[in-house]
Amino acid sequence: MSRYDWLLFLHVLSGFALVAALVLYTVLIAAAWRKDVPADVARLFRISRVGDVLIVAGSIGVLVFGIWLAIDVDGYEVWDGWVIAALVLWFVLGAVGSRTGKVYDSVRDRARTLVQEGSNAPSAELRAMVQDRRGLWLHIGGVLTVLLLFIDMIFKPGA
Amino acid sequence: MLAAIRPDSWNYALFLHVLGAMLLVGALVAAGTALILSWKRREDSPAFSRLAFKTLLFVGVPAWFAMRIGAEWIYSKENWADVPSEPDWLGVGYITADLGGLLLLISVVLAGFGARRLARTDGGSSILARSAGVLALVVLALYLVALWAMTAKPG
Repeated sequence: MSRYDWLLFLHVLSGFALVAALVLYTVLIAAAWRKDVPADVARLFRISRVGDVLIVAGSIGVLVFGIWLAIDVDGYEVWDGWVIAALVLWFVLGAVGSRTGKVYDSVRDRARTLVQEGSNAPSAELRAMVQDRRGLWLHIGGVLTVLLLFIDMIFKPGA
Repeated sequence: MLAAIRPDSWNYALFLHVLGAMLLVGALVAAGTALILSWKRREDSPAFSRLAFKTLLFVGVPAWFAMRIGAEWIYSKENWADVPSEPDWLGVGYITADLGGLLLLISVVLAGFGARRLARTDGGSSILARSAGVLALVVLALYLVALWAMTAKPG
């Protein structure tokens, strides 16, 4: 395998990790949507640890190996329009993702606190936090950003 | 370089193929994680098994079809049927996609019956749910091999 093959494999693998994390978070949000029992919500959020690892590894991997590819491959340059668009989208994803993470981390932490306090009755407050529209729209924004990144990678406008 | 050698008309097929594969891997990761977590604590088993079953059924299976339809579409675009000897990476892709599809289907059925049994018994362990978890992880490993074959294109 050439260096190009390895770089492309690692770049695409990182992209898969990123999308896998988003699928996992989407499944988590959908599964938790109607939950209001603290133990149920806390249990579901245990699945998010894998997503947290994948989102970090995937987003760093696509950036590092993507830039490396753009430098390494003769036909591409880092200042090509579609590469710059990808970089902008990557920063947008980072900003949106960190806000989304804060919203859902607070849900997880609240559910855990309620469980630790021995309060496992259905909680209207917890349900309102799980169904927070801001968190949902931020997540949808993150998904749409990754979709745009993917379209940019496949169609390479201007290349 | 790829953009230079790949006609624009292939992009839609490639888009569908890779998007389907990414969603499929995501579904397998989510379901596999849920099934592994279901092994750990007795009281968590029904909820995680049900989550894994729904993820495989409503995300994994449609994503497999998108990946597979996209694969056939791009196969026809690239006229591989006219080539006397197909390259190894294409064979790896076909074997992993179809074998993985069969195993995915079996794991959906096992996860479904496992979740149902666990719901009836209110927790515990189910050999069906455990088997579904192992199968989901095997399918995930197969698709990572396919990803390597598709990008590195050995042979």
